[in-house]
Amino acid sequence: MSAISASEKVDGFTRKSMRKAQKQRKSQGSSQYRTQSAPVELSPLPQLKDAPSTEQQELFTQKLQQCCMLFDFLDSVMDLKSKEIKRATLNELVDYVSTNRGVLVESTYPEITNMICTNIFRTLPPSDNPDFDPEEDEPTLEASWPHVQLVYEFLLRFLENPDFQPSIAKRHIDQKFVLQLLELFDSEDPRERDFLKTILHRIYGKFLGLRAFIRKQINNIFLRFIYETEHFNGVAELLEILGSIINGFALPLKAEHKQFLMKVLIPLHTAKGLALFHAQLAYCVVQFLEKDPTLTEPVIRGLLKFWPRTCSQKEVMFLGEIEEILDVIEPTQFKKIQEPLFKQISKCVANPHFQVAERALYFWNNEYILSLIEENIDKVLPIMFGSLYRISKEHWNPTIVALVYNVLKTLMEMNCTLFDELTSSYKAERQREKKKEQERDELWKKLDELRCVFFLMRFSLLLPTRGCKTQGRRERRSFGSI
Amino acid sequence: MAGADGDDSLYPIAVLIDELRNEDVQVPNVSGGGLPGYRSKRSCSSRETFRCLRLNSIKKLSTIALALGVERTRTELLPFLTDTIYDEDEVLLALAEQLGNFTMLVGGPEYVHCLLPPLESLATVEETVVRDKAVESLRKISQEHSPVDLEVHFEPLVKRLASGDWFTSRTSACGLFSVCYPRVSSTVKAEIRQHFRTLCSDDTPMVRRAAASKLGEFAKVLELDYVKSDIISLFTALASDEQDSVRLLAVEACVSIATLLPQEDLESLVMPTLRQAAEDKSWRVRYMVADKFSELQKAVGPEITKNDLVPAFQNLLKDCEAEVRAAAANKVKEFCENLPEENREQIIMTHILPCVKELVSDTNQHVKSALASVIMGLSTILGKDNTIEHLLPLFLAQLKDECPEVRLNIISNLDCVNEVIGIRQLSQSLLPAIVELAEDAKWRVRLAIIEYMPLLAGQLPLTKSLCRVVVYAIREAATCNLMKLVEKFGAEWAQNTIVPKVLGMANDPNYLHRMTTLFCINALSEACGQDITTKQMLPVVLKMSNDQVANVRFNVAKSLQKIGPVLDSNALQTEVKPVLEKLATDTDMDVKYFAQEAISGTRFTLASLHISTKSDLPF
Repeated sequence: MSAISASEKVDGFTRKSMRKAQKQRKSQGSSQYRTQSAPVELSPLPQLKDAPSTEQQELFTQKLQQCCMLFDFLDSVMDLKSKEIKRATLNELVDYVSTNRGVLVESTYPEITNMICTNIFRTLPPSDNPDFDPEEDEPTLEASWPHVQLVYEFLLRFLENPDFQPSIAKRHIDQKFVLQLLELFDSEDPRERDFLKTILHRIYGKFLGLRAFIRKQINNIFLRFIYETEHFNGVAELLEILGSIINGFALPLKAEHKQFLMKVLIPLHTAKGLALFHAQLAYCVVQFLEKDPTLTEPVIRGLLKFWPRTCSQKEVMFLGEIEEILDVIEPTQFKKIQEPLFKQISKCVANPHFQVAERALYFWNNEYILSLIEENIDKVLPIMFGSLYRISKEHWNPTIVALVYNVLKTLMEMNCTLFDELTSSYKAERQREKKKEQERDELWKKLDELRCVFFLMRFSLLLPTRGCKTQGRRERRSFGSI
Repeated sequence: MAGADGDDSLYPIAVLIDELRNEDVQVPNVSGGGLPGYRSKRSCSSRETFRCLRLNSIKKLSTIALALGVERTRTELLPFLTDTIYDEDEVLLALAEQLGNFTMLVGGPEYVHCLLPPLESLATVEETVVRDKAVESLRKISQEHSPVDLEVHFEPLVKRLASGDWFTSRTSACGLFSVCYPRVSSTVKAEIRQHFRTLCSDDTPMVRRAAASKLGEFAKVLELDYVKSDIISLFTALASDEQDSVRLLAVEACVSIATLLPQEDLESLVMPTLRQAAEDKSWRVRYMVADKFSELQKAVGPEITKNDLVPAFQNLLKDCEAEVRAAAANKVKEFCENLPEENREQIIMTHILPCVKELVSDTNQHVKSALASVIMGLSTILGKDNTIEHLLPLFLAQLKDECPEVRLNIISNLDCVNEVIGIRQLSQSLLPAIVELAEDAKWRVRLAIIEYMPLLAGQLPLTKSLCRVVVYAIREAATCNLMKLVEKFGAEWAQNTIVPKVLGMANDPNYLHRMTTLFCINALSEACGQDITTKQMLPVVLKMSNDQVANVRFNVAKSLQKIGPVLDSNALQTEVKPVLEKLATDTDMDVKYFAQEAISGTRFTLASLHISTKSDLPF
């Protein structure tokens, strides 16, 4: 009765692999929302290369119009003949714009953009799998890809054609066009996002007037992703484009760009699926710091603010990014952030998760970082010492203990006297901290007692007259005299 | 008692502030036990502790304020909080929440405006939850402002937020207009309307979304004339926004707006937009329309429903996206119930039912299961004859659906139909399907069937097929229902049909099934009575005390304790006792334990026997 037969079950439960396989079999979606009219059957037109040059233009337009017909790809047997005709025509069009010169006359621009818009701009379908995990699950592929791919290909060749004139095209490739293009980055189909990435990059390069707009819209997409939906499939691709955009920023950086770094890129680190785009994100951040080293302090402080608390995997990524930043940091900037930064690193090396501890301890293999530490050993060592000393005795993982011994040895060689001082004062320090902790507890206990007393008084005195403002005030004044 | 007024020597504010700032809290010692299993747990707890300390201080902010007294809370604590808002979002969230309850701690309603500066900063932070909580607190304390304070302190804050640079403050402002509008003068009202209008056409989609989501709420506090002149144009603009996430929020607002307007204005002011939304090119907007359909239906009234919403609903039921169809299918019953009574039946039969019939064989299982969860409700609306003629075939089809959820939803709603057409009709048409479902591959479906057994059994004639269902019930160890069944049909029936099946399972190669025998006996013994229990069940139980599997053996001990009271004293003494004593020396710890439990539990009866025989003892 059910699609999964009894023999495939273990103890009444279907195997996860079975369920997955079932799901994957139909993981194709399409999103063309059409009005009820069924597509008309297409009839093949003569080949462009066979047509006399006087008629080629006319035929080109006709073919573009023919390709505006959309087909239902969820039904794989429907309109097979017409689908094939459209596919062949698209192929021919791609070939036509990429090999021929002088075919992009002004009158074809509206037809071309119309064909592109009709085919690629659509509301993406609801995800087949509501709890789609991009790291685990197979993406749903676009069912109409056989056609859509060729349209993307055509758009790309159109933009790259030597005759292409942005001044004419900007009437059609406008803000609205870009906005719809950006929305498509949410597509689950990685092939589509890859095409979009290249196309958006070309548009950013060719249309100067659209640049600010594109940046702003990417901004909005990221903010929506961070603070509203927590879901957008194309973050990595957009970041990749941004990486090259940031590279081209003129100096000094505009306030707009700095704001983008601090209010968008840094908060992006909080996203759940950080692993999917962390490499691209870290690249963008480092690009910014290479442009303007004075941004180092706010960036590192921002990262420390969003430091992961419970996700060790993310913590390892953060440490990786910190190392990338330290690789390009200027010594003066290092001095500014060394204290908060090494407080965090000292927590990381003491992390019971050995991968986190290991990643942090690897910093001591980096020559440049070592030289920075050595320069500031009087500041760094007191922060690091407690943790290192403690875990050298207490960490459960022998690899970590071995690494810690090496680090301690390196630090000792940097400043022997300070090291000895810290060793001898270690116990006293711990005692002092414990005492402080006790005092804190005491204080809170006293406060809690006070609170109880206060509430008792409030209840016994205020309750009968509560609700009347002036009386309430008089009652409270009488507290003083008790 | 002096503490209530804030004793400087005892609690200097510096100490308290230090506590709030506290960052260098000693992380509790993580000792180096080598058990890898502890790793993640420890990693969480120690790091959590670190953050929690400061979070706790914020959560006890009221205590600090209490200790300081109202005066110093206003002059020292609040400025400190306003200045130092740069912290982890969890801490800020707690702070935003606390401040909403601070009115008494700053000296009552006349000083409540002191709370505005810190809350204003919190309403501009990036993190959505913090911002939302700050807005919530601001809304709360706005009610405690006097009308004058509202204009002097609160309204300027709303204006500042509404014209903030970064989108966060403008987003927060959207939620504050409606709370101050009713209580300010008409000039200020005009300003507020202007600000809201500006935010509705903000550059940032986040702000437009916030404005769209508050549009309905704001419309409710506006005068009707302004609803017509201002709100409608904003509504129309937002409903045709370039972003579907904005458009779909306008659908929500549509419900409130339509409720506010007089019937004669609806057609011209709201309906064009609503029609457009129902046919939006984005499925998210259409989904929203489907999801809000009952509310929309109530808001626009019966006339428009008949002319406009019925065709719109038909389209949604036939939508190309499964999500939309499922949302619409969910509303089928409610929509039909709320149709104007005089032509309800006709509308359903000619317009809705054909679509419903198609949905029964939809390609998407979510659509089918959404429909299955409400479709039974149609029978009450359509009455007996229509149900038998039109709905029963659909129910039957759904009971045989390949998707278990569909079957489950139908079974769980059987009682609706039962009320309309009576159990006899129901059993004749549905019973074969139900019997088949008792062998369903999905345990949830079988469970649902078992749960319906007593209901069905009470009214159905005892048929052979019903017995088959019961047998399945046994295998599922549905012991509770088993007892009910035996009570209904009597011990004799049980002896003939159930007991043999139960006892037969005692020899099953699967130990779980062998245990089922014991569980069933536990449930059945009382209902079956002493005779059957002693003669038929006890021997089997005793034999099972030699089972290889310890779980079976200790369940034997448990069963013996359970059925002890039903057995006659002779059997208890001569048969049960030796077996329990043997089990009490078992090699398995658990078997030993439960055997001893059983002995001490059964001893009461044993002892009472002893007492009765030795009644000559002086007491």
